[in-house]
Amino acid sequence: MTENHGYNLRLYVAGQTPKSIAAIANLKKICEQHLPGRYEIEIIDLMKDPALAMRHQIVAIPTLIRHLPEPLKRIIGDLSDTEKVLVGLDIRPT
Amino acid sequence: MAGKKRTTRDKLPAIGKARTGISGLDEVTQGGLPQGRPTLLCGSAGCGKTLFGMTFLYNGVVQYDEPGVFIAFEERPQDLIKNVGSLNYDIDRLIAQNKLAIDHVEIERAKIAEAGDYDLEGLFIRLGFAIDSIGAKRVVIDTIETLFGVLEDESALRSELRRLFEWLKSKGVTAIITAERGEGTLTRFGLEEYVADCVILLDNRVHDQLSTRRLRIVKYRGSAHGTNEYPFLLDEQGVTVMPITSSGLAHDASTERLTSGIPDLDEMLEGQGYYRGSSILVSGSAGSGKSTMAAHFVDATCASGQRCIYFAMEESPSQIIRNMRSIGIDLQKWQDKKLLRFSARRPSLFGLETHLATMYREVADFEPAAVIVDPLSALLYAGATGDVHSMLLRLVDFLKTRCVTALFTNVGVLTGESAATEVQISSLMDTWLLLYNRESNGEHNRQLYLLKSRGMAHSNQVREFILTSDGIKLRAAYLGPEGVLTGSARLAQEAKDKAAILVREQEIERRSRELRRRRREIAAQIEMLQAQLTSEETEVALLNREGMAREDQLATDRVAMGASRLTRTTIGEPAKPVGRPRK
Repeated sequence: MTENHGYNLRLYVAGQTPKSIAAIANLKKICEQHLPGRYEIEIIDLMKDPALAMRHQIVAIPTLIRHLPEPLKRIIGDLSDTEKVLVGLDIRPT
Repeated sequence: MAGKKRTTRDKLPAIGKARTGISGLDEVTQGGLPQGRPTLLCGSAGCGKTLFGMTFLYNGVVQYDEPGVFIAFEERPQDLIKNVGSLNYDIDRLIAQNKLAIDHVEIERAKIAEAGDYDLEGLFIRLGFAIDSIGAKRVVIDTIETLFGVLEDESALRSELRRLFEWLKSKGVTAIITAERGEGTLTRFGLEEYVADCVILLDNRVHDQLSTRRLRIVKYRGSAHGTNEYPFLLDEQGVTVMPITSSGLAHDASTERLTSGIPDLDEMLEGQGYYRGSSILVSGSAGSGKSTMAAHFVDATCASGQRCIYFAMEESPSQIIRNMRSIGIDLQKWQDKKLLRFSARRPSLFGLETHLATMYREVADFEPAAVIVDPLSALLYAGATGDVHSMLLRLVDFLKTRCVTALFTNVGVLTGESAATEVQISSLMDTWLLLYNRESNGEHNRQLYLLKSRGMAHSNQVREFILTSDGIKLRAAYLGPEGVLTGSARLAQEAKDKAAILVREQEIERRSRELRRRRREIAAQIEMLQAQLTSEETEVALLNREGMAREDQLATDRVAMGASRLTRTTIGEPAKPVGRPRK
């Protein structure tokens, strides 16, 4: 893993649903554990700004998008499967 | 949104319907799709689901002022707009007016990782936002099944789809969900389980290399609907379903008459021509004058200011116009006046049903008083033979319901195989004209026979008809000793008759001359005899007088003699002969 740049992550949720809450908690836990000090999380509630769902091509909730580092990565689900999240975010090679 | 009138018992609330504006479909569904509910539109690839959906939305905006949302899973908005641009739908304008929204859901499996539970709330939000932003009443989702190929968790997806359809109902939008047809099932992923109110199946079948699009209402909960397969068209004028059913025979029969354009033929039809709204079949072999018969009818119809559609299956319009000009019929001027519309199509262009669907739309659009199909037989080869009868029945019924007089021409006269077809067709026809092209004495002559004409006392004569530069002329039936005579046989017979008459006249003349001569002769004889008699009489009279004179003389002489004798005796002188002195 040569990547040393910071992680820019956006998590799309829809209100305070159990899945959304779980996703936020899971994401924070994973980042703290594997990317301490190298991450930035933006949580977007589509209930508040529904136009973004279309603009950002969101279908499933929750959706996590890694904007940085390139390339763009998408992970859907409540992020309870840590292994898959790490693979999806290219944090640790399998 | 035209709610269906309550035709059933009042206690049962009639299901509301949203008109699709798709010609024919609203009739088949008796008013449109179930209002405020999703309808499943399934069919295999390329059978027109997307265009169908877009037409539904477009008509919704343009005709019923109901904004619509199109959720596209497969095509990008620009492609979609371009594709439906072929239907003359100005989608961009509607989008600019906020009457239509297109949302392309771009989702690719390769780019998505799954980690834990999720739902499709994002889709709901997008859809909800699109609906609310333009106040949409109609939604098309094309094709949501794509998600099955993207998302791994099928059970989650299924429950979300179920939720989606319920949610659409709660939004009160009339929705069309398109789905791909599966093997042996309506849809590949069994969406019919969730969308159960109305299911429409589109089909594109190829038969004899001709493809025909068909539509069938598989189910329609809470509503009566047509159950047949109906052919439909997808072309520059959008979607047209041909809803004609052969169930109803309820059309009104008109007593109005339309001239056939040929006065002599009208004469055979009670002197008035065809009934309005009747079906006329003109059958005959090639070159027997069927098209000309049709052109006459067109000419007469247009001349009375009524519209007419000429479905030309074998000749191009310009060729027909040129040919008819040669017999003194100018169809061009009617075309220019927009009273005549040509619709020329090769029969092999598409299947029989598609042809009929085209006709259906043209008729609905142009509203003609009369329709020509020339020739009908060309169409018969465009479809499976079994379909021919039922399809024609639908066409004839449709035209009758609209009170459109239809003239069909048909090649072939009751020979072998075509006989069966003829019989099939002819039972649908009200008037059947047979044109013969009989060969005799080394020439072909045209004959016309009115085989049947329902509802009128028509002539039963076989008439000879000739094509002149002034159109069709029917000649009075010429019945010779061996039947009806035509052509030179007719001329020969006429000449023969004329000669016979001449001979007879001459004979009479001769006889009367003879008689006159005899009369003169006899008169002369009588005169002669009379003259003879007269002369004889004169002679007799002469003789008579002579005799009397002699008697007188004799008497005188006797007296003189007596006197002389008396004198001599007394004086004694010798007696001298009295009378003529002797010399």
